[in-house]
This record gives sequence, structure tokens and C-alpha cells, in this order.
Amino acid sequence: MALFDIVVYILEGVGITIAVTLVALPLGLVLGIVFALLRIYGGKVLSSLAAVYSTVMRGLPPIVLLFILYFIIAGSINIEPFWAGSISLAIISSSYQMEIFRGAVLSVGQGQEMAARAIGMSRMQGIRYIILPQALRLAIPPWSNEAATVVKDSSLVYALGVAEVLRRAQFVGARTYQPLMAFSIAALIYFGLVFLTSRGLSILEEKTRIPAF
Amino acid sequence: MKNTILRIENVSKIYGETEVLKDISLEVKEGDNVVLIGPSGTGKSTLLRCINQLTSINSGRIWLDDEEITAPGVNHDQVRQHIGMVFQDFLLFNHLTALDNVMVGPVRVLGMDKEKAREHAMYELKRVGLEDRAGHYPGQLSGGQKQRVAIARALAMDPRIMLFDEPTSALDPELIGEVLEVMEKLAKEGMTMVVVTHEMGFAREVADKIVFMEKGLVVEEGAPKDIFYKPKFERTREFLWKITELYGDHDDDDDDEEDED
Amino acid sequence: MADFLAFFGKYLPVLLEGTLITLKLTAIGLGLGFVIGLPVAVARVYGGKWIGGFANAYISLFRGTPALVQLFVIYFGLPDIGLTLSRLTAAYLALGLNSAAYQAEYFRGAIQAIGSGQMKAARAIGMTRIQAVRYIILPQALRLVIPAWSNEPISLLKTSAIAFLISVPDLMTEAKYVASKTYNPISSYLAAAVVYLVLSFIVNGVMSWVEKTSAIPGLKLGSTRS
Repeated sequence: MALFDIVVYILEGVGITIAVTLVALPLGLVLGIVFALLRIYGGKVLSSLAAVYSTVMRGLPPIVLLFILYFIIAGSINIEPFWAGSISLAIISSSYQMEIFRGAVLSVGQGQEMAARAIGMSRMQGIRYIILPQALRLAIPPWSNEAATVVKDSSLVYALGVAEVLRRAQFVGARTYQPLMAFSIAALIYFGLVFLTSRGLSILEEKTRIPAF
Repeated sequence: MKNTILRIENVSKIYGETEVLKDISLEVKEGDNVVLIGPSGTGKSTLLRCINQLTSINSGRIWLDDEEITAPGVNHDQVRQHIGMVFQDFLLFNHLTALDNVMVGPVRVLGMDKEKAREHAMYELKRVGLEDRAGHYPGQLSGGQKQRVAIARALAMDPRIMLFDEPTSALDPELIGEVLEVMEKLAKEGMTMVVVTHEMGFAREVADKIVFMEKGLVVEEGAPKDIFYKPKFERTREFLWKITELYGDHDDDDDDEEDED
Repeated sequence: MADFLAFFGKYLPVLLEGTLITLKLTAIGLGLGFVIGLPVAVARVYGGKWIGGFANAYISLFRGTPALVQLFVIYFGLPDIGLTLSRLTAAYLALGLNSAAYQAEYFRGAIQAIGSGQMKAARAIGMTRIQAVRYIILPQALRLVIPAWSNEPISLLKTSAIAFLISVPDLMTEAKYVASKTYNPISSYLAAAVVYLVLSFIVNGVMSWVEKTSAIPGLKLGSTRS
């Protein structure tokens, strides 16, 4: 098999890798923001639960969580490894994203909330119109880091048999007796994906920057 | 007979172990400009935050117009629509332009139509002299400009009373004037105001009533000419002397200095 | 819940065998990462266009690709060029090289925070660059870096779990073994998770202690000037 064919074969897995990331990252984002708000604004009970969730999820190896969640999800409903794996990655990422948004909201500061309440906004309005718009912008740099991590962690679904880049590299590497070539190509592909992700988010950060802030 | 806009009765506030406000009673009539003076940390700012319910009180009652805002079940968010507050550190919304800062209250809280709100906001910005900075972000404004936008933001809600919490304390000296000018203009236009400040010149010239507070209690209150020139209490006299020394405002010494040409 | 506790008690000894390997992976990966990462960081900050550039490329490459892929390149790929490593050695190497890149970034941050002023002062009393780095910059940087660096042992502990995909007999592998024996994957991996959490907790505790006892009075990352 020619080098070109090897590259193409592995590249065909990029679609799956990107798809896994596109499921895991946004789902993790929504969950992360919700958990962050619970952690900061929920009462004692919800806040503590969120804190425990964060500590436990971030204290475990992603692959362990992936397996546990995969077996739980796939055990209860009949879905493909792709979805079980992506949703599991989303749940894992949500705990890290929760900490990112929590940090961002806390950076915005209590003064902004006080000013919002002073013109008659309710707590919800203050969060929605004043706190979150600022927090989301502050969160972009650390979030960019997390996005890169999710792109890299998507390689873990290899263990669930999903035909993404790594699994394809392994397959073609074994078939052609050129594992070094195959895995190196896989590495370069991931490198490219991570690079594009970081670059894209850098541009987003520039575009949404608050002037002179 | 002027209406009473704000009435405070026997208010006390405890933070942890400290009784920050001990037993405060105060009445502010329509169009009055009440200035609170006193050493730092004596609860003046706390009192303002208790008035607009940003801080809850431990005992006592407060009335705005004729409604008791400390009664149970009162919607504090709604009450705050009628009380304007200006903070020492401006607290403009960083992600919004000056115009948006002033508009966001009317649009989001009062449900005003966006075009109407824009006109209204421009009117308020004009009132504080900043209509040409409408498109600027807080980061692009000087301290004095920021504070004036903050005043416009509070005015945009058409409040019954404006509370100023040391509005010029965080400003460079050259910028203080522009803010005090706006406040004086508001007072002349008949706005009911309660101002916490160390600016004795402003207090003497613009206030209708001065209240001297210390250690959580009202020590003395009265018209500026009484407080400044004939204070009843020793403590008041001491404080005024020290503070005018600091802010360079000794009227009695003027004669001595002028002799020096 | 009671079932799980019984399950846990029964299979814990098996899991603990793997735990030892997991700890070895973490420790050796950390050590290797330190030994490689520190010079790479120094090269990145003080190296010229070529050496600094190479260090930068190393860091970008190992932080920009998944650790799992790195592991596979080393274990499955290197035999292609005649370098066949045992599972364990391959894992140590992969984890070490990976950790080195992250550690290099921590060290770089600390070195840059110490500031060029310290370097200037050292050169001014006649030290060579190397001496300055060795006697002035690094001693301060290594203390300053501790709070940030203390994330790394936990991070490595978590990353080490991927070694199970090349059948290194670590905690995860034992968990998989238990899962295949008991047909109860959820309980098995949950049990492994509990062990990982306990290990995390212990490592965190050790790191907190290290942070406290090594703080230079008055010096905090982000507060140095000069």
C-alpha cells in the first residue's frame, strides 16, 4: 500500500474524530455552565453537590470514567459506541468546564452584580445580561485549553472500537507492517486538529474582546 | 409642605460581631440634598446600601414615599427601580458602551422600546455632558467620565431619590470637579439626593442638610451654616477641623493668606 | 451499595497489585519528565533561535498530540526502526516524554517570572549565563513553580491509565481482568475509580504539604517584579 493510500485511509477517520469532539465539547459546555451556576448561585445543597461532582470527576483518569460511563450508558440504552463515547467525554469535560466558568464568573466580580441589582435587575437578569457576557469572554483562554484537551481525549474512544483516526492508524499500520509511519501520521493529524482549534479560538478571542478592558 | 420621600426609623445593622449601624433615624424630603459626613467605617456606605436593600437590616423600618420597603414580601428588585445609586468605584458594565450602559436598565428592567430607550439614554448622557462619548467603552473613559456615565445610568431609571456613595473618592483630583458639577446641577433641578462624601466644599455649598455620623450613630444634623460654623458637639467640631485641614478649606485663614501679597 | 462494598472488598487485593505498577508509572514518568523538562525549559528561555526553537517544537509536539498516540508510536512504532521496548519501558518513556513537555511549560513560566533582572544582577557580579541559571535563577524558579507544578503528579497519575491499552499490568488492567471474570464491568471499573480517587487524595495531600513547607516568604508566582 502506497504512502498516499495510508494517509488517505487514516484521514478518513478525521470526520469521526471531529464528530466526537463536536458532540463532546458543546454538550460539555452547556453542562459546564449549568453546573458552574449551580455551584455559585445554588443554595448550600446544590453548591456542595456540584463541588463534589467537580472534585470526583477531575480526580479520575478520563479513560476510567469513559469506561464506567460507557458501560452504564450502553447498558441502559441501545446506542452505538460513538454516541456512548462522545456523551461520556462530554460528561468528563463538563467538570473541567465547570471550573473554568466558575473561575470566570468569580473574576467578573461582585461589584458588577451589585451595580446590576442597583438599577433594579433581578438576580437572573443580572446573571444573564451583565455577568455571563463578561464571564464568557474571560473564559475563552482557559476554554481554548480545554477544547484542545477534548480533541486529544477523543483518541480514547479508540478503546471502545470507534473507527476514528487512531484506530484506523493501528489497523493500517498492522496491515502494511508500517506502524511507525501510520502512528506518526496519526500524531500529525491530531497536531493539526489541535493547532486549528487553538488558532480558531484565538481569533474568536480577538473578535469578542471588549475594547480597552 | 414638601413630601417626605425617604424615612428611616431606628435602623440597625450588625455585621458578624460589630454593630455597624446602631439606631439611625433620618428623614429626607422631596428635593432635599442630604449630605452624610463622618470618619470612614462609621456605616455611612452601609446605610446607603440598606436604603436600596442591597443589604438587609437587622431592625428598624424604611419608607420610600409612603410604602414601607422593609415590610415582608416586598419585591426589592422593584423597589430598586426607584432608587438610583452611584458607587465609589463607578461599576460600569465593562462589556457595554456608555450608551448601552445607560440603556440596559430601561430596556431590560422596564421593558422600554429600544428606540425610545436610546433617545432617553442620549438625553441623560447629554444631561451629564457626555453625549459625544456614547459609543465609548468604559475602558476608554477617564474616571470622571465613567462616574458621569454611572450617574446617567442611575438617572435613566427615573428614580425618586439618588444615593451617592463617596462618588469622587476614587477620582484623581482634577477629575473631581466635573462630577461635583453634575451633582450640583442635579440638586438645582430638584432631585432628591443623599450623598456620602468627604468633599466639604460641596457639602457646605450644595447641601440642604448635613448629617454627621460616627460609630454607627447620628451625632448631629442640621443646616450647613449651623453644622459648619456653630457645631453643637465637640466631636463634630473636631472632625470638621481635621477634614477641612486635609482638604484645604479654611475660610477663617483666608484673611491671613491674602495679606501675603 | 452493600453489594458494591462486598465486591470491592473481595477484589481489592487484585486491584492493589496493579496499583503498585500505576504508582511506579507515575513516579518514573514524573522523574523522567523532570529530568528532561527542566533542561528543555532552560533551553526554551535562554537558547537562541535554534536550540530555543527546537525546545519549543518539542513542547508543542508533545502537548499538541494525545498521550495515547505518543504511547503507540513508541511501543508499536519504534520496533520498525529496530528499537523494541518492553511494555513497561515503553510506558515509562512515553509518560516521561509527555510529562516533560508539560513540566517544561511550568518551569518556563517560573523562570520568566523570576525575571531578567535577576539574570542581569548575576551577570553584573561576573557570573556566566550558566552559573547564573544554576545558582540564581533555578533555585528561585524551582521554589516558585511548586504550586503550579503540583498539578502534574495528579495529571500523570490520570494519564498513566492509558498504559492499560498496551496491556501494562496496572490498576486499569487488573480492573479489566476482574471485569472479564465477573461479567460486571461497571462495578470493576468503579472499584478502580475508588482506588484512583484515594491515590489522588493522597498525592494532593503530599503536594499541599510540599507547597507549605517550601514557600519562600513573600515570593509568589505573579508577584515578582524586577
